[in-house]
Amino acid sequence: MHDTAAPAVVHHHAPPQGFLRKHVFSLDHKVIGKQYLDLALVAVCTGMVLSWLMRLHLAWPTQPIPGLEKLSPNGAAGGLITPEYYLSLMTMHGTIMVFFVLTTAPFAGFGNYFLPIQVGAQDMAFPRINMTSFWLTFVAFLVLIASFFIHDGPALSGWTAYAPLSAVGKDAGPGQGLGQTLWAVSIAIFCIAQLLGSLNFIATTLDLRTKGMSLARMPFSTWSWFITAVIGLIAFAVLMPACILLILDRVAGTSFFIPAGLVISDRLQPHAGGSPLLWQHLFWFFGHPEVYIAILPGFGIVSHILPVFARKPLLGPRVLIGCLIGIAFLSYTVWGHHMFVSGMNPFSAVLFSVPTLVITIPAAIVTMLWIGTIYGAKLRFTTPALFCLGFVSVFVSGGISGFLLAQPSIDTYLHATYFVVGHFHFVMGVAAMFGIFAATYFWLPKMFGRMMNETLGKWHFWLTFIGVYCVFMPMHYLGLAGNVRRYAEFTDDYLKPLIPLHRFITIAALFTGAAQLIFLFNLIRSRFRGPKAPDNPWEATSLEWSTTSPPPLDNFGGRPPVVHRGPNEYGVQGPAGDYVMQAAPEPAAR
Amino acid sequence: MLTVTSPPSSPPRVSPPTATQPPESKAAETGVWMGIATISMSFAALTSAMVVRQSGAPDWQHFQLPPILYFNTLILLMSSLTLESARRRITAAAGQVGSLVPPVQRLAELYLTLTLGLLFVMGQVVAWRQLAAQGLFLATSPSSAFFYLFTALHGLHLLGGLVGLLYVLHRLRQATGPVPRTALGAATLYWHFMDVLWVYLLALLTIRV
Repeated sequence: MHDTAAPAVVHHHAPPQGFLRKHVFSLDHKVIGKQYLDLALVAVCTGMVLSWLMRLHLAWPTQPIPGLEKLSPNGAAGGLITPEYYLSLMTMHGTIMVFFVLTTAPFAGFGNYFLPIQVGAQDMAFPRINMTSFWLTFVAFLVLIASFFIHDGPALSGWTAYAPLSAVGKDAGPGQGLGQTLWAVSIAIFCIAQLLGSLNFIATTLDLRTKGMSLARMPFSTWSWFITAVIGLIAFAVLMPACILLILDRVAGTSFFIPAGLVISDRLQPHAGGSPLLWQHLFWFFGHPEVYIAILPGFGIVSHILPVFARKPLLGPRVLIGCLIGIAFLSYTVWGHHMFVSGMNPFSAVLFSVPTLVITIPAAIVTMLWIGTIYGAKLRFTTPALFCLGFVSVFVSGGISGFLLAQPSIDTYLHATYFVVGHFHFVMGVAAMFGIFAATYFWLPKMFGRMMNETLGKWHFWLTFIGVYCVFMPMHYLGLAGNVRRYAEFTDDYLKPLIPLHRFITIAALFTGAAQLIFLFNLIRSRFRGPKAPDNPWEATSLEWSTTSPPPLDNFGGRPPVVHRGPNEYGVQGPAGDYVMQAAPEPAAR
Repeated sequence: MLTVTSPPSSPPRVSPPTATQPPESKAAETGVWMGIATISMSFAALTSAMVVRQSGAPDWQHFQLPPILYFNTLILLMSSLTLESARRRITAAAGQVGSLVPPVQRLAELYLTLTLGLLFVMGQVVAWRQLAAQGLFLATSPSSAFFYLFTALHGLHLLGGLVGLLYVLHRLRQATGPVPRTALGAATLYWHFMDVLWVYLLALLTIRV
């Protein structure tokens, strides 16, 4: 590795001709980034509708949902969701959200668009691989969505696809036939796409940095994408063979995950000797790092955006990067904490519990750095700044319940309850979504040369912020009260008194979802009709703000920038104000 | 755990690039190293799966590996040698003034490597057929399942390497400017890795199956 790369004049591809080359099969990382984001937008709308269906059913299980019978005549005859179809909705909600939204948008989408610009490169290191990576993701999404339109409907074994339920085929439930096979194929394709994408991110960061862009001078968002790519390169490399083994068990008669003497639906399964726990280990060895694949880009985005609006340098930039690397390393040592109730030896449970508690230390340090950065600052309360503050809030709220779940004795009680649902929705779901929102409001002016509407943005923030707390905070209470998750209906006596709270959550979820229409309207309208954005509307320092909005095909109009300093020069006397841009030639005077 | 060793090579004798040559990006080589990391991780995961699967159940059926595998191994090792020799010859020749593009006869070793690679794949298919003739199929026993899985996945990755070599060969034949040294180096690195990976897999299968 070298500290200062040669000028990044390596990659040239001719300006694309024709609609297909320009907008569909484009090699330009900016177009590909936008494609990822558009795909994630479609996916997040799908995933949210699925969650509404689940919430409606939980609150009013006997009320038919109009129109649903058309989508699934078997799963929702008369508009009433069967328990199996409820599980299908849950599986698809989780799979779509984790893979096609939380991995695709903050990492592949924004990373693709801004990582090359932030390091001063003209494009990704391998544009063709980059394009392939997007289209594989797209195909993976289509394959997954196709399972809605087959006779038996989608898989129902959860986004974790636990074996042997996921491995035995149709005996395990209606969606466990073709639906589960499509699920496994889709995720396998997604793994290849992410591996190619991660490889590209790493090579671009290491080899295509412009003159003067040492590793220490990279923006924090670039650092987080780079570290996320390293995590992805290892994590998806494990999920991929796991999916192959699962597919072989399903279609080729092998027994990797199916034990002997297994009877499902009164039928003895024709397999022997497999280990269901093996799937859990392989899956969670990927699955826990995946949590960080979803959230680390959010860390980077917040660290990148907060100083811009605090007009102060980020506190402890090297500590931040050290913490990100520490989290990445530790994320591989904690996967067993998802398996405390799998019959694990209590001594092993302690071995997984300790690093889980340790990983909260770098996470807490990062939070302190953010709070220290805004301490005493004259914050500019723009929409992206609000979403960054919201990120910190929901991350802390979700993180605190993580302390409890990290301890095997407490987790044993809470594991299968709504407490866990509330925990992970806050800490990875909502937090990552707030990162995506902050990034959208912050970078859309650069991507489309148009500003977003601030008033609508603030309405969107406050409604969403209050809404998510109304949805997910009560779930912690439900969990402590023993409310089991994954149940389609609450018919047990001890659960009946909790139903009013479930109705409140459902109403809050519908309300929060409706608030996203404000965002959607703002997004689409600003993209085409918003007021013209200047090159550097936020007075920020990193390289993407040194070029035009939107950037030209080669990002810098034929003049690769030369970098003179880090991205953290805020609160100084610069030529244009209280900041100095990375590419500005004058030395910073404090 | 799989360890990856770098290919045995001393730095090739290359004169410094002339002023007309733009600096070639090292990205291709970085990309291959990343590929090596991720493939190693995949096979490490499968190795752990194999160990877990074998320890847990009595249905593990030991069988004799087809002897042709050892012949295939020799073929693959030879292909690495011919490729390394080709790479050194081509990069050395490229360094000499006025001889940027190697004459076609210098590419002979590259063709030989491609042939040996194809021969290896065919040899692996023969090994499969021999096993099938003994009644050992994918689903017969977990041992045969892992055998087919490992050899098939390695074979697929090796075919990918062959495509990479074909691409380099195409660029060498078409090139009018400087020799695509990094591309050649990257393809060679990947091919050596396929070699190391196969030796590891053979050892693993010999011990476990």
